[in-house]
Amino acid sequence: MYAFDIECPTTIAEAAQALGGENQALSGGQTLIPTLKARLASPEKLVSLTAIAEMKGISSAGGVLSIGGATCHADVAADGSYKALSELAAHIGDPAVRNRGTIGGSVANNDPAACYPAAALASGATIVTNTREIAADDFFLGMFETALEEGEIVTAVKFPIPEKANYQKFVQPASRFALVGVFVAKTTDGVRVAVTGASNEGVHRWTAAEEALNASFAVSALDDLTVSADNLIADLHGSPEYRAHLIKVMTGRAVSAAS
Amino acid sequence: MTKVTMTINGKSVAGDVEGNTLLASFLRDDLHLTGTHIGCDTSQCGACVVHVDGRAVKSCTMFATEANGAEVATIEGQAAADGTLNVIQQAFQDHHGLQCGFCTPGMVMSTAALLKDNPKPTVTEVRTYLEGNICRCTGYHNIVKAIMAASGQDVSAIAAE
Repeated sequence: MYAFDIECPTTIAEAAQALGGENQALSGGQTLIPTLKARLASPEKLVSLTAIAEMKGISSAGGVLSIGGATCHADVAADGSYKALSELAAHIGDPAVRNRGTIGGSVANNDPAACYPAAALASGATIVTNTREIAADDFFLGMFETALEEGEIVTAVKFPIPEKANYQKFVQPASRFALVGVFVAKTTDGVRVAVTGASNEGVHRWTAAEEALNASFAVSALDDLTVSADNLIADLHGSPEYRAHLIKVMTGRAVSAAS
Repeated sequence: MTKVTMTINGKSVAGDVEGNTLLASFLRDDLHLTGTHIGCDTSQCGACVVHVDGRAVKSCTMFATEANGAEVATIEGQAAADGTLNVIQQAFQDHHGLQCGFCTPGMVMSTAALLKDNPKPTVTEVRTYLEGNICRCTGYHNIVKAIMAASGQDVSAIAAE
């Protein structure tokens, strides 16, 4: 690693003040620390968010689950009030990773194969920062790209709990990231389907499936649909055509398992 | 340099660390607690697992500064002061749950975390929980057997497999 200073503020206000310039926010660090070790980043200073008590914890009010940005995956997994989300959290990485990695870090990084972005987009979640609230539809802009400004901190993610939901991940077994993951949520405003792991554009909605599932929330509603392989990820784990096939299969499984 | 203090295996310690000093490096290089191993240094292998405030974490993927004020438990604190192995360590010895032994500190610390939350895990639960601990000798069969024995379960069926 290159040399850098590290600061551990205890309030959001202090953290916001410490960020800016070449300073970098550090949440659970399960992606950032390996990146620093590989010398792929050289911040002057890391601003750790894990000592900020007001960014930790889970609360529920009026059918909306609010999760602090520095809340680790293990705590979301243990919560259970939004079952599909807790199940998703319980299958990120491994137990030690889940004890450090955070939801705020995951959505801010927007890895194209991460699980949380699919949940946020399918649920119609709101990303809360230290300065504003951003709808998930406007937040995820592409591979590793979000609407966050320099120095902006994800302080919470708010999930309206849907009527039914399920997440299906086809695991890339070495990394345990999604080779393809599909989150299906049936909300009062209609069905939303979000796909991760598959596209060069990162997490995205499959609107054709949403229309079909709005007409009939059944696996058979997907029968006539095909997924284009255009702009899907090609790597040694799978071709674009393979991923296109998996999107439909995993969507069907999620519809079937939704509860 | 930043001053950090933490409680390690019940003992208060202090030290000066650089911003980029990993918890694993602080334990090994500064405190000479070399039982915590660094296998891959890329967050994959789990040989460096310790407990921070009661939770299993990879000490190679956390900065020492972030553990300031925390309660840390390492493999050195698992046996009794007179050297008597704890039930997990004894089961690893009895059931040959280690070959070269390099991954064992992480395996034992992960097992301790598992059994705290789930005192009688199934074989599948053990294997799932250990997803983040890699044994390069591939001695998983006896590791699982040792953990089942450590949790007080009958391992005769596993032996027959």
